[in-house]
Amino acid sequence: MTERKIRILVAKPGLDGHDRGAKVVARALRDAGFEVIYTGLHQTPEQIVATAVQEDVDVIGLSVLSGTHMLVFPRILALLRQQGAEHITLIGGGTMLPKEMRELKAIGVAALWGVDSSTQEIVAWIRDRFSSTAR
Amino acid sequence: MLDPKKLEAIRKELQAWEKTELAAFQARRPERQKSFTTLSGREVKRLYSPPDIADFDYVEKLGFPGQYPFTRGPYPTMYRAQPWTMRQIAGFGTAGATNERFKFLIAQGQTGLSVDFDMPTLMGYDSDDPRAFGEVGREGVAVDTLADLEDLFDGIDLGGISVSMTINPTAWILLAMYVALAEKRGIPLEQLSGTVQNDIIKEFTAQKEWIYPVKPSLRIVRDSIIYSVRHLPRYNPVNISGYHIREAGSTAVQEAAFTLAAGIAYVEEVRKTGLDVDAFAPRLSFYFISHSDFFEEVAKFRAARRVWARIMKERFGAMRPESMRLRFHCQTAGSSLTAAQPMNNVVRTAYQAMAAVLGGCQSLHTNGMDEALAIPSEAAMRLALRTQQILLEETGVAHSVDPLGGSYLVETLTDQTEREIWTYLDRIDGFGGTVAALERNFFQQEIADSAYAYQVAKERGEKIVVGVNRFREDEPEEPSIPLHSIDPRTEQTQKERLARVKRDRDSGRIRKLLDELKEVARTDQNLMPVTIECVRAYTTEGEIVNALKEAFGLYREPIVF
Repeated sequence: MTERKIRILVAKPGLDGHDRGAKVVARALRDAGFEVIYTGLHQTPEQIVATAVQEDVDVIGLSVLSGTHMLVFPRILALLRQQGAEHITLIGGGTMLPKEMRELKAIGVAALWGVDSSTQEIVAWIRDRFSSTAR
Repeated sequence: MLDPKKLEAIRKELQAWEKTELAAFQARRPERQKSFTTLSGREVKRLYSPPDIADFDYVEKLGFPGQYPFTRGPYPTMYRAQPWTMRQIAGFGTAGATNERFKFLIAQGQTGLSVDFDMPTLMGYDSDDPRAFGEVGREGVAVDTLADLEDLFDGIDLGGISVSMTINPTAWILLAMYVALAEKRGIPLEQLSGTVQNDIIKEFTAQKEWIYPVKPSLRIVRDSIIYSVRHLPRYNPVNISGYHIREAGSTAVQEAAFTLAAGIAYVEEVRKTGLDVDAFAPRLSFYFISHSDFFEEVAKFRAARRVWARIMKERFGAMRPESMRLRFHCQTAGSSLTAAQPMNNVVRTAYQAMAAVLGGCQSLHTNGMDEALAIPSEAAMRLALRTQQILLEETGVAHSVDPLGGSYLVETLTDQTEREIWTYLDRIDGFGGTVAALERNFFQQEIADSAYAYQVAKERGEKIVVGVNRFREDEPEEPSIPLHSIDPRTEQTQKERLARVKRDRDSGRIRKLLDELKEVARTDQNLMPVTIECVRAYTTEGEIVNALKEAFGLYREPIVF
């Protein structure tokens, strides 16, 4: 019996084109053995959630460097609830303040990383999260 | 070139030094690293001396400033006659809010303006478009119609100050608005000086703001260049940019090579219309990053000037020196700034600014220390501007032209950079040119690979970032510096304004003009005159962009990571 790989959707919401972080993280996750789907740029929250549901992913990772994180993360969480897809873990990263990260975590974003973070921290966090939950 | 006898004597002395002095010292004190590499991963030797530049032909490689191949600088006296333009970019909220920031910067001694637009304006969505939700006025200023541009430059003498606009797929519309505004104010177009970025190729490869497919996008750039050289003799209709390529993760050489490759594509595109290369090449301008590796950056600027001069002369047969002379704007590296210990960013930016000046930039933006955290605050921008003023007025680095010229290290690095740029340009020609390479995702893949290699090196601790992977401190819960805050009313204010403008205009005339625009798009005529007519009647940016989607189609992103 082969174990199903953890599937991760790396997504870029909004009009901003700063995709260096999203691409580097996507590649690091792929190199770490996860199955990675990258949405490409300029996605609406609706498109991201639709892709996540369709691709049956375990994790959505949002990269936001446009300052719109306080709008985008809550919107994605709401759409996930609407679609009955709350089991999908929402994580993310970008330019955001510690205070904002706290607020987002309080409403259900599982983990957030700032711009200086290491990709290995993200890999380790996902491994840890999914080793403790029986799948 | 050195006298062969003298060179031989130096070589012998060098070998002797290596065997005696150096060997003995190394035995006592080994070097602290096996090798030393530049930020781009190029190995740097312990010492550079005359044998490293043994075949160096001064006249061929350097010449004199303001002369072919312009290695030492585009002008004979450089900053002695005219200091670089201190041009801090600004843009947030409504046009009125940015206008206030502009006036503040001018009062602080800034000598040129530079406009940052919000994402919807950059991508061709009006503020009332659902896709603009949450992004109106956030990362830049919102401009929907000519009315916003009128507010943006209210009380600012456009005939007297140069204005740079960072905008790309919608650049031609903003250029049209700028022309319409000048005409409205009675400023002769010959007086307008400034730059519109308008470099769509690096959008596809690096910055990722696009609307139409590659070919119609290039046609738009072509049309704006041709319009501009005919009507705006002091204006730079394209600013061929390496900045975003580097920020997306490329090496220094890739930055220079891919930028020059884009330059080649624009020259070819305009020449196809039959316009003589010397009629427009002098108006092409460039934009590079000044990153953290000091000598690598200085060498990059010098090599880029030399390669461009050769391209223009040898490949395109330009005759006028102005066509071969590369002029560039420079910005310090946003991606080098850290959220941790933000005051450290002031120091990083100062060194990077010095590299830009020693590399011969024509204008410079120094980043605010808070840019890894937020849109720069007024205080951060003032300090960044003061950094440039100290550089010019106190350090003395601008007194002499190309002061690092002749350094064994800098000349060796300049030659190396030049060779590596040519290798890339040959590879790109091998694909069939810049557009063909772009369509095969060559640039995108090269940049993604370099970005990843750098990240891996950083995480292994091979690349040190002070405050991040070395010399860390416990960060305070809240940032230690005051930050710019977003006005939450901006989006609503801007939408109301747009609704008012739409109500007061002649909608029948707008429909007629948009039909004309579509008609011109289907032919090969220049898009600029009809676009100017459109904006003068307060047609919105989004209406113009949407009108052309039918004729031009939409770009589809290839997924490369």
